[in-house]
Amino acid sequence: MATISHAQPRMLSWSDRLILWYDHLKTPLFYLILILWAIICIAPLYFTLVFSLKPVANAYDPPLFWPIPFTLENFRDVIGALPLFPRWLLNSLIVSLTVTILRIFFCAMGGYAFARMEFPLKGFLFNAMLVSMMIPGQVTLIPAFLVVGPGIIRGGLKLGDITLPTGFGLIDNLGGVILPGIVTAFGVFMMTQFYKSLPRELEEAAMIDGLGRWGIFFRIVLPLSQTQLLTLALLTFQGEWNAFMWPLIILRTPENFTLPLGLNWFRGEYYTLISKVLAGSLFNTLPILILFFIFQRYFVQSIAGSGLKEG
Amino acid sequence: MTTPSTTSVILTARQKARRRREALTAYTFLLPYLFIFLIFTVFSIGYAFYLSFTRYNLLSPPQWWGLEGYRRVLCIESWFPRPENAPKPVCDDLFIRKALPNTFKYTAIVVPTQTLISLVLAFAMDQKIRFRRLFRTIFYLPSVTSSVVISLIFVWLFSPLGVINQIFHLKINWLNDPRYAFYTIMMVNIFTTSGTLMLIFLAGLQDIPITLYEAAAIDGANKFQIFRYITIPMLRPVIFFVVTVGIIGCFQVFDQIYVMTAGGPLDSTTTIAYLIYKWAFRDTTVKMGQASALAFILALIIFVVTMLQRRVIEGSGSVNQ
Repeated sequence: MATISHAQPRMLSWSDRLILWYDHLKTPLFYLILILWAIICIAPLYFTLVFSLKPVANAYDPPLFWPIPFTLENFRDVIGALPLFPRWLLNSLIVSLTVTILRIFFCAMGGYAFARMEFPLKGFLFNAMLVSMMIPGQVTLIPAFLVVGPGIIRGGLKLGDITLPTGFGLIDNLGGVILPGIVTAFGVFMMTQFYKSLPRELEEAAMIDGLGRWGIFFRIVLPLSQTQLLTLALLTFQGEWNAFMWPLIILRTPENFTLPLGLNWFRGEYYTLISKVLAGSLFNTLPILILFFIFQRYFVQSIAGSGLKEG
Repeated sequence: MTTPSTTSVILTARQKARRRREALTAYTFLLPYLFIFLIFTVFSIGYAFYLSFTRYNLLSPPQWWGLEGYRRVLCIESWFPRPENAPKPVCDDLFIRKALPNTFKYTAIVVPTQTLISLVLAFAMDQKIRFRRLFRTIFYLPSVTSSVVISLIFVWLFSPLGVINQIFHLKINWLNDPRYAFYTIMMVNIFTTSGTLMLIFLAGLQDIPITLYEAAAIDGANKFQIFRYITIPMLRPVIFFVVTVGIIGCFQVFDQIYVMTAGGPLDSTTTIAYLIYKWAFRDTTVKMGQASALAFILALIIFVVTMLQRRVIEGSGSVNQ
């Protein structure tokens, strides 16, 4: 007995020792890592909350961790006294909701056609869609701006006596923010993949019963794809609610800004009122946080799934 | 299209009519998508390509310029030392001098750091730990918050009198000092993206069949060997995906730079994506042709780097097997 227990430590190689150490230390080590990163993730939002509850004059003053002196003035101003903030909230809501509703509908339509119907050029169009997803947005940014706004040809295309507009004329208009986003290649692709995995029996039964393609789509396919549509809707809403670059290019007057644009503009105009920007920032964050808490499963699945499918 | 050609020969008139009707229905279903696709993808790419060979400032119609736009972007004259009396070349060296090196520096620092942090976090999350759901929710918070809001908050946190300097007793002018500004933006981006990438890694880790680990343990592999020879190879496709997404994201970063520094101080945070915006929309005389040329150069760079990266990750895989 004694000889064995004496001999054993000598037999341990350095890597075995390392593993022993690791086994002892790993649980506390992992907790330490997780807690540290959790603090890093929460801290910015926590400081934002604390300082949005302090008066404007104390925007840089200690104490850092508690709102002393305490005031609700910033939130009151954001909701009531500064008329632009509610306006921006409303604009953001209009854009995000319109894009979300149109996009899930149009993407479902496109995906259903690719998954279930036969038509000329189908393979070519599907491949073109896949390729288009790989092109960086910067390439199409300038023509997209010209088409949505002033037009490709200033003053329109003149054909004899008729002048055809070459742009939608939607500069400084929420419609211009909405238009290019109403359907995306990614969404159509996602819905195509989903419909391909869906059993055909129900649709075939409905077809025998004499229901047309549109009837099948509205009465059977759409209700069956609720979960998938909800995932696409959440991703879309989050993307549009937080969008910055495209609205920045299209919108010009502060009354028409969306919330992210407005917050950035306000920060530039009223440099000293940073506390109000912080309160406004929380308004921009809150709806997404609430959606995230309610539908966490869908967010997580959509992110996790993307890596596995394409990887 | 998938029907064998033999049947198409003996198609009755009724079948033909039905096919035509189906094709028509299919195109009605696809109409919204095709409308957007034709305008904002097909036409836009073609027109951007045309614009890249023109000089266009929105005031007068585009003027054919040939390769002059590309020449001005690349500014080849500035690569070599000039004779002293030679005239200064007519070009914009902001791309070669600042945007290109900045973008590569940014990608070279942000991609490995965020990949490593998210991998470590995912690995820690994959152990038997409590409050896993809570941790997951917290880690994902920065990713759901808008990049503009995050940037606005960080501008304030990192201001000279801000919270960061107060907590750590520093006197650094994070965003107005060319030595620190770019690194501050990098930190913000690593902070925002790591949570999402962690979720992707975690899904990948949980997808590795437990039988593989058991088999390796029976064969006498120790923990480091299991990690090295099971976990990492099995995770390779996910790593490839995360690195690709990271690279593409880094090459296109815009919001944070626009809000936090607008490319300054002294162009130290000007990246390619920001430079495209600056030339096309922000400069007093907009240079839409030159900006289009740069957009195509950016697309080419992203394509080449992604392909190279694929080679590297797949290449290292074949050595092991």
